[in-house]
Amino acid sequence: MQGKRTVFPNKVLPYLLLLPQLAVTIVFFLWPAAQAFWSSFQREDAFGFKTTFVWFANYTKLFADPVYLNSFRTTVIFSLAVSLLSLGIALLLAVAATRMLRSSRIYSTLIVWPYAVAPAIAGILWWFLFNPSIGIIAYVLRRFGIDWNHLVDPNDAMILVVIAATWKQISYNFLFFMAGLQSIPHSLEEAAAIDGAGPTKRFWTIIFPLLSPTTFYLMVINVVYAMFDTFGVIHATTEGGPARATEILVYKVYFDGFVGLNLGSSAAQSVILMAIVIGLTVVQFRWVERRVQY
Amino acid sequence: MVENRPLLNFLSHLLLILGVAVVVFPVYVAFIASTHGPNDFLSGVVPLWPGPHLLENYSQMLTTGLSSSGAPPLLPMMWNSLIMAVGVAVGKISISILSAFAIVYFRFPFRTLAFWMIFITLMLPVEVRIVPTFQVVASLGMLNNYGGLIVPLIASATATFLFRQFFLTVPDELMEAARVDGAGPLKFFWDILLPLSRTNIAALFIILFVLGWNQYLWPLLITTDPHLYTVVMGIKRMAAVADAEPRWNIVMAAVMLAALPPVLVIVAMQRLFVKGLTETEK
Amino acid sequence: MLKKALVMSAGLVAMLAASPAVQAATQIQWWHAMGGENGAKLEEIAKGFNQSQSDYEIVPVFKGTYDEAMNGAIAAFRANEQPAIIQIYEVGTGTMMAAKGAVYPVYQLMKDQGEPWDQSKFLPAVVGYYSDTDGNVLSLPFNSSTPILYYNKDVFEKAGLDPETPPKTWADMEKFSQQIVDSGAATCGFTTAWISWIHTENLNALHNMAYSTEANGFGGLGAEFVFNNPLTVRHWGNLKKWQDSGLFKFGGPAGGDNAPPLFYSQECAMFMNSSAGRAAVINNAKDFKVGFGPLPYYDDVIQEPLNSIIGGATLWTLQGRPAEEYAGVAKFFTYLQKPEVQADWHQFSGYLPITEAAYELGKSQGYYEANPGSDIAIKQLTRIEPTENSKGIRFGNYVQVRGLIDDEFAALLGGQKTAQEALDDLVKRGNEQLRDFQSANE
Repeated sequence: MQGKRTVFPNKVLPYLLLLPQLAVTIVFFLWPAAQAFWSSFQREDAFGFKTTFVWFANYTKLFADPVYLNSFRTTVIFSLAVSLLSLGIALLLAVAATRMLRSSRIYSTLIVWPYAVAPAIAGILWWFLFNPSIGIIAYVLRRFGIDWNHLVDPNDAMILVVIAATWKQISYNFLFFMAGLQSIPHSLEEAAAIDGAGPTKRFWTIIFPLLSPTTFYLMVINVVYAMFDTFGVIHATTEGGPARATEILVYKVYFDGFVGLNLGSSAAQSVILMAIVIGLTVVQFRWVERRVQY
Repeated sequence: MVENRPLLNFLSHLLLILGVAVVVFPVYVAFIASTHGPNDFLSGVVPLWPGPHLLENYSQMLTTGLSSSGAPPLLPMMWNSLIMAVGVAVGKISISILSAFAIVYFRFPFRTLAFWMIFITLMLPVEVRIVPTFQVVASLGMLNNYGGLIVPLIASATATFLFRQFFLTVPDELMEAARVDGAGPLKFFWDILLPLSRTNIAALFIILFVLGWNQYLWPLLITTDPHLYTVVMGIKRMAAVADAEPRWNIVMAAVMLAALPPVLVIVAMQRLFVKGLTETEK
Repeated sequence: MLKKALVMSAGLVAMLAASPAVQAATQIQWWHAMGGENGAKLEEIAKGFNQSQSDYEIVPVFKGTYDEAMNGAIAAFRANEQPAIIQIYEVGTGTMMAAKGAVYPVYQLMKDQGEPWDQSKFLPAVVGYYSDTDGNVLSLPFNSSTPILYYNKDVFEKAGLDPETPPKTWADMEKFSQQIVDSGAATCGFTTAWISWIHTENLNALHNMAYSTEANGFGGLGAEFVFNNPLTVRHWGNLKKWQDSGLFKFGGPAGGDNAPPLFYSQECAMFMNSSAGRAAVINNAKDFKVGFGPLPYYDDVIQEPLNSIIGGATLWTLQGRPAEEYAGVAKFFTYLQKPEVQADWHQFSGYLPITEAAYELGKSQGYYEANPGSDIAIKQLTRIEPTENSKGIRFGNYVQVRGLIDDEFAALLGGQKTAQEALDDLVKRGNEQLRDFQSANE
């Protein structure tokens, strides 16, 4: 792992510096995680009176369960849709805003603030807009002959949660793209312009490649966001329905464990999620390390 | 801008205006909802123009609105949210800047192990590990106090990671010069590293403030004392009405008020935010 | 750090100053899930009890939705931090009953504490739902409701129907809806909340059909669902048919969030929902008059429908609190059963009165005459002595099963399955949930 060429020689101090964070991590993360790991091999009732060790029964059951496998698929579709949409829109807006000399700041202020809105509240807002009987968007769609009903139609429901989750993520991506674009030297673009390259060509041959580190970083962050932090959005809009069409993995862990009180299965799902998180983390980390080193 | 193209400028403005409209629209509708009478939206399409009840709804919200739904008044809840948001932000930043300092500027046995232990907590949301975490907090006697609200949430590694990345970009010469001057690690940290990290700290403060402010499930689970209610809990209490319709106009008024502090923080500190985040990440 | 300590002690001082601590009163926590104005009323009830005596103080604590409150209490129990009283919704009943070491049955509590306890005072349909196989009530009914039919009198009139005659049977329902849609008085005939509670559980109870073996689950954890009977298949098939032809509009899974707006906006002329929604319906029906009726039935299946079954929540006492708290809980439960407290709560919230005395009190106050439709639910519940099939249902993992019902109903409406297929799959998947619960609890 990377560090400084020269370091301080102290032997005890680094441990003292690490202590607070390690203590918090161990007590509030690793210990509960270990408990989750342990209960993923058990079957128990909600109150914890009867506990049976069942080996891998919770896992084998999960992977034989079409509902769970379907939740995997839903998660992949959802995460990709949210990531690509929010990245695409944010990039478009950032490129447009960078062109502006005077109004750039006003635009970015107006685009940035949804970041502050709680996921649960974002969910309530979109519920309001798309409500089949009173929502303004549903009303407009109906005028165009589209019978919007996310309570019955799985596709409508998916579109709704994707929109709500994307809406919250655009601002974050926008900020990063703005900064990335501003750091690209003007001279490069000017040189290309003198060679006769139009704006579109310049974007694809110069700007987009130079932005790719930012894009890759954001891609990972967005996938993680869509997989884990959208819980509040889904909870407040579709609650995973209809017929579990929008039940992503995190929501299922919550629903089975917290609402359904099926602790063993929920714990097994947590463990699988943790494995996915660790996998993603390693991918991201290796990429970051490589870049810093070159 | 490299050359002047009026058409492209026009398109860019159009695009941005469209983008802003999409971003603002849901909140605009919430605002509109908060200016109408109690039953104006459940019987028909949500109106698009402000209604006559703006002052009435907001003053009711600030004085009796929430308390008639059985929750404590708004201001104490905002205060609790503030304590929680600031506590989470300050706590996370403090512990992670120290550990990032240890990981980057020292070499010691188990350094990699320590780093990974912190690092894997990066992404798992608290909702997923909520039941075992609750038990831990309960056995430490931290239910029903600000400690229990704040401390478990600072167990995440985002901040450590960002500080580490930033420290790696700090030129080695700075540290070597400090050592030549006879400065110890703590003095170096305090006099040089901390001032350099100002923008990063500001950026993280915003992110973590927003995170702390927006918590719902965790405070709900571990508090039983109404004096510890946070404002998002209060909103949920008004919206979660069994067998009846919530009073959406009042709920939306509360939503607007509750979202105001974090939005203000973001807008006010926007410049620092962008700078702090991107300097470490590029 | 100092600052933090200051802030915390300031908070502490504020807390102490704010709560008028009655000296030496034993504090008893009551966790509940009543948001909105019912929550405020609930706190008023607690206050009333606290002022009526000085030994005990009931402290009501809002713990989110029913799911959140129940899970919060279980998590707290496992950490030995449980409240004395917890409000649990009806679908959690099976889980609570199976947790013998965790709950303190109310009949036992009242006996141990020497408080009066007479189950015959309660409405039979309410008490039946919450008693064990020996007929002992395990938790105190608090907020109970039952589904009824609401209809738009103005639309009825416009469609040429008699605004004073709600549809009695499902055949009427279809005929009326058709007439409403054909005449253009409204674009849809009816909508509904709760496919699970109203169109599956209550449907079977009204027609005296078994929902499962083992006396609808009252007999033991080994119950198997059997509600994929011709009646339910026919009814679900009808709903699908009517949805396709526009007579019926689905209001969404679980509580059907979108059903009420459909009714309020006069898009749908009729609406089935909990009787506790009555106040909301009246408040929101600004431009039209509302009529009330009992749930429709199939008159070729049963001549006289049985009682409907209830929903809502009850108060459970949890084990493991200090003895003096239980004395207070028993006193509080006696207070809650007082006719005037009951009648006040019932009339304010729209939940059912749980005792005959509270019902009688309401009658003598002239409440039901002044508020037409408010006793439809009580009459529907008490019109007959409950049978084994209409006493209620009792299953573990039932929260998940309710979710499955919504899933399969959505598959039916989406055209992926026929009613028979959907219900067969539902029963199969539901039984897996029951077996899971059985193996975890036996």
